[in-house]
Amino acid sequence: MAETTEAPGLTVQSGFLSELFDRFRRSAEFVVIPLLALIVSGVLFSIFLLLVGKSPADFFALVWRGGFGTSFSWQNTLVRSAPLIFTALCVAIPARLGLVIIGGEGALVLGGFAAATIAIPMIDWAPAYLLLGVMAIAAMMAGGIWIGIVGALRHYRGVNETIASLLMFYIAVSILNFFVEGALRDPSDPNKPSTKPLGADNMIGVIPGTDVHWGLLIGILLCCALYLLMNRTTFGFAAQIAGGNLRAAQAQGLPVGKLMVISCAIAGACAGLAGFFEVAAIHGKANASLIAGYGFTGILVSFLARHNPLVIVPVAIFLGGIAASGGLVQRRMDLPDATVLVLQGLLFLVILVSETFYGRLSFFRSKGAA
Amino acid sequence: MSLARTRPGATRAIGVETVGMTKIFGGLTALDDVSIRVASGSFHALLGENGAGKSTLVKCMMGFYQPTRGEMLVNDVQVDVPNPRAATALGIGMVYQHFTLVPSLTAAENLVIARVDTPAVIDWGKERTALNAFLETTPFRVPLDVPVSGLSAGEKQKLEILKQLYLDQRFLILDEPTSVLTPDEADEMLGLLHGMTKAGDLTILMITHKFREVTAYADDVTVLRRGRVVGSGRVEDLSIAEMSRMMIGETDIRESAARTAQPEKKLKLELAGLFADDDEELPAIEAISLKIHAGEILGIAGVSGNGQSELIEVLSGQRLLKDGRIFIDTRPYEPERRQMDRFKVFGFSEEPLRNVAVPRMSVAENMAFRTFDKSPISPFRGWLSPVPMRKKARGLIDAYRVKTPSTEEPIENLSGGNVQRAILARELSGDVDVLIVANPCFGLDFASVAEIRAQIIDQRNKGAAILLVSEDLDEILELADTVAVMSEGRITYQSPMARTDRATIGHAMAGHH
Repeated sequence: MAETTEAPGLTVQSGFLSELFDRFRRSAEFVVIPLLALIVSGVLFSIFLLLVGKSPADFFALVWRGGFGTSFSWQNTLVRSAPLIFTALCVAIPARLGLVIIGGEGALVLGGFAAATIAIPMIDWAPAYLLLGVMAIAAMMAGGIWIGIVGALRHYRGVNETIASLLMFYIAVSILNFFVEGALRDPSDPNKPSTKPLGADNMIGVIPGTDVHWGLLIGILLCCALYLLMNRTTFGFAAQIAGGNLRAAQAQGLPVGKLMVISCAIAGACAGLAGFFEVAAIHGKANASLIAGYGFTGILVSFLARHNPLVIVPVAIFLGGIAASGGLVQRRMDLPDATVLVLQGLLFLVILVSETFYGRLSFFRSKGAA
Repeated sequence: MSLARTRPGATRAIGVETVGMTKIFGGLTALDDVSIRVASGSFHALLGENGAGKSTLVKCMMGFYQPTRGEMLVNDVQVDVPNPRAATALGIGMVYQHFTLVPSLTAAENLVIARVDTPAVIDWGKERTALNAFLETTPFRVPLDVPVSGLSAGEKQKLEILKQLYLDQRFLILDEPTSVLTPDEADEMLGLLHGMTKAGDLTILMITHKFREVTAYADDVTVLRRGRVVGSGRVEDLSIAEMSRMMIGETDIRESAARTAQPEKKLKLELAGLFADDDEELPAIEAISLKIHAGEILGIAGVSGNGQSELIEVLSGQRLLKDGRIFIDTRPYEPERRQMDRFKVFGFSEEPLRNVAVPRMSVAENMAFRTFDKSPISPFRGWLSPVPMRKKARGLIDAYRVKTPSTEEPIENLSGGNVQRAILARELSGDVDVLIVANPCFGLDFASVAEIRAQIIDQRNKGAAILLVSEDLDEILELADTVAVMSEGRITYQSPMARTDRATIGHAMAGHH
């Protein structure tokens, strides 16, 4: 009959405006679903608080005050956000290829360790800028090689990258402990086994007028750069094809193995930088304090940000704030420090569940899709 | 279930009728007031293109879906079918396109465990006696003691039917039952079923799109289009042309481009002794050697699962080549991007969303897979610019009549025909020297099929060397200049199309060579 849809020549040619509206409608999905997930996890967490006999209202008020309420808490939050930005990138970049890397903590630890180690023979003579430059490069290389190995194992040997990266975290911790408690231990520090301190003169300073070190700014710039890499370069496009459908990428003759290894190496380098800033801006040396869980919280940040480097920044600040408020919550509400971990865990679960709703809600689908 | 009720020769077939069956999914009316009457003891064919509503109708009859409106009658008594178990209890069974048997069990074991009332401890002596008595009542012969994995596709399909009969299902719905069979196997199976309906033992409703099967075996036919009954009647009263017109409506079907003679026979693509393994690391293709000339379509026929998909994967870089060489213009070729561009190698295949497209990426992005790293989309090395990408996509969407709301729609939201057209636009819009095509029309509607086949002939006429793998023998017969048959991973038969025929190719497909 006349209304046969498949008839040639019935192409729907949309104008520029409707195309723009379409893109807006689809992007709305990426805002609304995570927001709903946040609200749902907030409700679930409130139920948890009520069960242990605490007031949810008090809790959220304290989180606000401890994370964002004062300029002091803001700075505390931002200091904690910087490593989260880097470790979240360690998840987000491989995610474009469909890889789930959860061992960013290992790259962070090794990055910090490599930075502190390479600094030891240079501390006494090298100027600060040279020392810090060399340290940063060492950290990126250590992290990059570490996660790069995960990518190579995945492509060439079919080893599951999630498990491999997690197990390699334990190896990284062992490497750190082995050297810090042994050959590289600084004898002048009797308390905590650590590498030789950089010295106050060699530390990275703070952004003028704040207590926040430069790592935050570098992290934000890195997010922008990696956003461009993934969205405005042929490399990012090829990675997106390989992540969306491996068979399609192969049929296009794309070098899938190379893409995987390079993406993982970039990711590891980001986490390595997190370790570098922890050493060069916070601790001044490498020790067990590096294992603070930033790598694991980074996974949460990246998932919440839908692996979009630009969204990682606000999400990292948000979760950094929750972490920063942990101490206040502990003191005022007589709740254990781990309470914020319960909140993070709930968030992560709800986020993972919410992933399954993308593309399922008809509201966000454009009309006329056959 | 009771085998005691099985009396040889008794007229036990049941008739089923739907009245005003309507099924609405959200805003889509998949079935619109469909009334069909399948008389007991008849062989009824259900014809229609993909998406015409055939599957929805039988799923409603089987209780997988609840119709929005309408009712169903079994032997003229109104029945409710709230779930598939209810359909089974009424004696309505279904044989699916793909096998549902347990490969590691024997035929006998598969039959016994399929029963609802399988006892916890099985007395095999008793079951065997009962099974043999049951088999006496059917014309099908299947070896009972070999694991199903060792049976041929034809035997498996017969066993699927036996299973339904064993479960006392006397109204069988067959969903394209011959798609995995050789022509000979299909004829044998349909012949036997036809005999059983004639004897009044069975009623059959067969979904198909093969007119040959309808005219040879069916008594009645109902044609669906866009969810409605557009024609029905006795098969003997209808011509193929009439049925075909009912199926596709007044849509203009693109005429196949005339095949132009190709004077020069220049060797383009040569496969020299290709070996590769399947996913279980067992040999999948062995010593495949073929020569394809410019302006030639070489069609590879064969029953599904004889190494064709592995061959295609090797040629398109999706599977490792274990041994052998590929040559284009007598120069060695490997399926990696730079060489694909240099030698102008393109291809597309069935289920593009699984094989050659990224479902979640937009139409524009999917259309740019071949060109994203070249000017103008990549104005300088490494950079990618979305504006020319969208502009190019708009041109291709127009030229290839892809129906999409916008260039930014995720390609998975398009209909099958439009996805394939989008991929065609990507692969065929430039100069093509070598084209590798696998089952390009699988699951598509008539208009798309005609369009795609015409495009393939166009490329042939322009001088491309084309390797076409198809499980649809009719497609090979229509398109190929040279036909080769693949069986158990080897090329077992090859001939110019002019010097062979359907029966010879069919025999070669069955492994008789």
